[in-house]
Amino acid sequence: MKEQLEKIKEEALKQIEASEALDRLNEIRVAYLGKKGELTTVLKSMKDVAPEDRPKVGQMVNDARALIEAKLEETKTALARKAREEQMKLEVIDVTLPAKKSNVGHSHPNTLALEELERIFVGMGYEVVEGPEIEYDEYNFTKLNIPPNHPAKDEQDTFYINKDIVLRTQTSPVQARTMEKGKLPIRMISPGRVFRSDEVDATHSPSFHQVEGLVIDKNITFADLKGTLAEFARQLFGEDTKVKFRPHHFPFTEPSAEMDVSCFKCGGKGCRFCKGTGWIEILGCGMVHPHVFEMCGVDPEVYTGFAFGVGLERISLLKYEIDDMRLLYENDVRFLKQF
Amino acid sequence: MNTALSWIKAYVPDLDVTPQEYTDAMTLSGTKVEGYTCLDKNLEKIVVGQITKIEPHPDATKLVVCQVDLGDDNIIQIVTGAPNVEVGQKIPVVLDGGKVAGGHDGGPMPEDGIAIKKGKLRGVDSNGMMCSIEELGSSRDMYPDAPENGIYILPADTPLGADAVEVLGLHDTVFEYEITSNRVDCYSVVGIAREAAATFDKPFYPPQVTATGNDEDIHDYLKVTVADPELCPRYCARMVKNIKLAPSPQWMQRRLAASGIRPINNLVDITNYVMEEYGQPMHAFDYDLLAGHEIIVKCAGDGDTFQTLDGQERKLDHTVLMINDGEKEVGIAGIMGGENSKITDDVKTMVFEAACFDGTNIRLSAKKIGLRTDASGKFEKGLDPNNAEEAINRACQLIEELGAGEVVGGIIDIYPNKKTEKRIPFDPDQINALLGTDVDEPTMLGYFQKLDLKFDAETREVIAPTFRQDLERPCDLAEEVARFYGYDNIPTTLPSGEATMGGLPYDLRIENVAKEIAQFSGFSQSMTYSFESPKVYDKLLIPADSPFRNAVEISNPLGEDFSIMRTLPLNGMLTSLSTNYNRRNKNVRLYELAKVYLPKALPLTELPDERQQFVLGAYGDVDFFHMKGVVEEFFDKAGMTKKVHYDPNAGLSCLHPGRQASIVYENTTVGYLGEIHPDVADNYKIGDKAYVAVLDLPSVLPYTSFDRKYEGIAKYPAVTRDISMVVPKEILVGQIEDMIRQRGGRILEDCSLFDIYEGAQILAGYKSVAYSITFRAKDHTLEEKEVSDVMKKILHGLSGMGIKLRE
Repeated sequence: MKEQLEKIKEEALKQIEASEALDRLNEIRVAYLGKKGELTTVLKSMKDVAPEDRPKVGQMVNDARALIEAKLEETKTALARKAREEQMKLEVIDVTLPAKKSNVGHSHPNTLALEELERIFVGMGYEVVEGPEIEYDEYNFTKLNIPPNHPAKDEQDTFYINKDIVLRTQTSPVQARTMEKGKLPIRMISPGRVFRSDEVDATHSPSFHQVEGLVIDKNITFADLKGTLAEFARQLFGEDTKVKFRPHHFPFTEPSAEMDVSCFKCGGKGCRFCKGTGWIEILGCGMVHPHVFEMCGVDPEVYTGFAFGVGLERISLLKYEIDDMRLLYENDVRFLKQF
Repeated sequence: MNTALSWIKAYVPDLDVTPQEYTDAMTLSGTKVEGYTCLDKNLEKIVVGQITKIEPHPDATKLVVCQVDLGDDNIIQIVTGAPNVEVGQKIPVVLDGGKVAGGHDGGPMPEDGIAIKKGKLRGVDSNGMMCSIEELGSSRDMYPDAPENGIYILPADTPLGADAVEVLGLHDTVFEYEITSNRVDCYSVVGIAREAAATFDKPFYPPQVTATGNDEDIHDYLKVTVADPELCPRYCARMVKNIKLAPSPQWMQRRLAASGIRPINNLVDITNYVMEEYGQPMHAFDYDLLAGHEIIVKCAGDGDTFQTLDGQERKLDHTVLMINDGEKEVGIAGIMGGENSKITDDVKTMVFEAACFDGTNIRLSAKKIGLRTDASGKFEKGLDPNNAEEAINRACQLIEELGAGEVVGGIIDIYPNKKTEKRIPFDPDQINALLGTDVDEPTMLGYFQKLDLKFDAETREVIAPTFRQDLERPCDLAEEVARFYGYDNIPTTLPSGEATMGGLPYDLRIENVAKEIAQFSGFSQSMTYSFESPKVYDKLLIPADSPFRNAVEISNPLGEDFSIMRTLPLNGMLTSLSTNYNRRNKNVRLYELAKVYLPKALPLTELPDERQQFVLGAYGDVDFFHMKGVVEEFFDKAGMTKKVHYDPNAGLSCLHPGRQASIVYENTTVGYLGEIHPDVADNYKIGDKAYVAVLDLPSVLPYTSFDRKYEGIAKYPAVTRDISMVVPKEILVGQIEDMIRQRGGRILEDCSLFDIYEGAQILAGYKSVAYSITFRAKDHTLEEKEVSDVMKKILHGLSGMGIKLRE
């Protein structure tokens, strides 16, 4: 009996080892372990074994079965791996073939620049506020300390609808509108389209975008203005960006300043980009003029504030090194796809 | 404004800075220097020589060989082609190894100049070059005594061997300033010099104006009346007789030329010089041409015309202030004098005018007449009337110093309301609080003193001189402190105080959804102008009576093409598509967030309705249903989950009549889409089918939401039924869907079109449409009967529409 078992075992293992396909393994399993399999047959003949030998023989049968099963399993795994490897060999692709893109669209460079500005200022707690593009003369000028007949009205080359209504020349009227709502403190930016009667050329456009900023609270100082805008410049142009404030004049702020940033192309050494000066003019700013406060219903004895205005195109042209403003309004997809 | 540094140094003699130091420091203290030109740039090794001998060149008829004495027995030979050389002349000579700035033709100057080396000219040694004024980087404007073509001849008493650049006064730098409109006082050399002295902490010596005039009295010669003191707060007149016209001295010519003013003669030059020096425009009348020997300042009559001294005829009205002589108009006040009283070479006696005219009136008059002059440009900024007297006296002083005539004693000065100095309360704590600084009071007062601002210690007020009309309030004093403390030295802090919530308003968040969806769908963002031509309505086939033609008009547009504010966003989009088509870009998809401006009434009395529209436009690999897809993706993402309806009767003349629809959401029309009408496509030269979709965002906004509720993923199986129908052709699939959805009830999950066919196998006038309908219940497995009951209802509804199931 034992010999018979040994023989079956050896034969089974030999067959398993020789198998090259999963089907064949299955046949072997049926042939030895199936209901009519050889090992099962042996088990069935247990009744012919002396009762005292039965446990021992049973043990031997079970051992043989376990061994065969283990071998079957092992071989099955090996064969499956081999089959998969062969399959994968067949599936090799040329990874340098062209990509299948969804051809997503692109943002306008002005939008990219605006999103950067919004990200920075919203992060500092500023609300984004919008105002009308066709605006009362009163908001565009008078309430910003530019009284009727002020030469600044000519300087800004205003488009008039009639004597009371203009195409806004700046986003600053949103300052007046926000102050008039009376909710203080204020931290806001206001992006939008503005209009000045400049003929179209590489550096001028009769329609462009500004982003206005306004902070009003108790104890706001010029130092806060400097700190805020320096932080803005670092976030927009990089950690190493330096800023320089130069005295300037705007009717609606006093003191007023223009801010230059160190040239992000040459790092301030001077290059063609910054016309050799190492600095690039970015924005105008200042402390809100008390007369503006008075006209907009804010008490200048209690509140101070600062305001700034950035030309969005100026930022996008500089940041993306676009050399002709007209490209921004032609909408050639070959241009837009670069952003 | 351009000024030579040497002129500034005339009043700030201790100034000793490089041009770059000057530029930086002045800019940081508020007088912005835009740039500078060093007049001695590329002028090297140029000395004074004297021609001692001239011989013909053996091989060239146009050249001569000169011996030039450089002093100290140093005589060199130079070959020249200059036509004007003579023995004995003193001339600038550039030596071997030196440099000149430009060529003799006065063309553009090379960046690095022109190096001069000794060599042979047609075989004869030449050891340098004699220079023309152009080679010295200058021009005949600055040196009117230079010959038109040839070597510049120096005065006979010039020492040999001396630095010729020095002799010519070219070791100088001309600075260009950008003066802000509030600093009227800095439109003058004296004003800039005062700022320079304060900036570099050097003493300031303004011109010392001395008494002038003979023992006669101007009142015996001239009478002045100011009829309108509002428009002419001050009028000063002085007179000069026995005029001797001559060129002005070189120093004056050069200062004027450096400022960009061409020297003419001593009289004209003096008026220009004083205008630059003091910022006070002056005018000179020929006394003998003033009919009544009188000056009356009054406005013109409506319809008057007047010939200005440039020979032009000018139309006037009652707002234009004029200078009269009792019989006739002789000048437009503050703008330009008249042809009839201008100074000619025959002038014997003249009247100097230094007046102060109302800036606004001058500005409006200059605009009305269409004549803006240097003088009007200065007046319109609003001049200090207290400056006029000193300026006119300065001019008379120069007349005497230059020997240009005999100044008549006395002055006529009509100045009824003297402008007084402003007093501004001074509170150093308030200034520090505004600036965020800690500057002590003596330091602040020191800054004020440098600027000629006085301090009344008793009332604690700063007294601003009248030329500083920008100083009105404490914040203006704060700026003066900031400027001289240094903007750079002010600390940088971040605002403290109440925290604020930043963020985007709701409508901008929805716009961002639109951008996102458009871009995911392959559309790139365009931007176009808000103003356009009224002709676009014809281009877009908009009917003559359409309300879209009621546009806000710009009263002073840049031209017809930019003259109305758009009421439709299509022209911009189609123009952009056209540009791309014309440039052979394939498969173009663009979107724009474009405002349209709809007037509530015309003419405009209140602000128009500005509506942001989400505009999609495309041609190439795109059709109507792609556009529809983007619209629906946007709605989905914007939380608009209800069924969108499309009404084919959109009534838009610019779109293909059979391929357009209004977009209806909850019974509100929120936009439209369609294929561009082929005629419109032709008008825009787009040779491909183009599509647009427009969503009016203010209409969409009420239906949008960022709220989302999780509904649970279906646990029970769905049952699907496919139906294939024969449908009368005029029935839209939208109607079929509406019926299925309406009859489907709660267990209807979805219905989707999977086939539509018209053709041979189908009866004429009919089409075959097939739908797959899915049913599912949330809480149980549907039973056959539930589904068949609902299907019955659906089929019944459909058959009521004349639809039959296909056998």
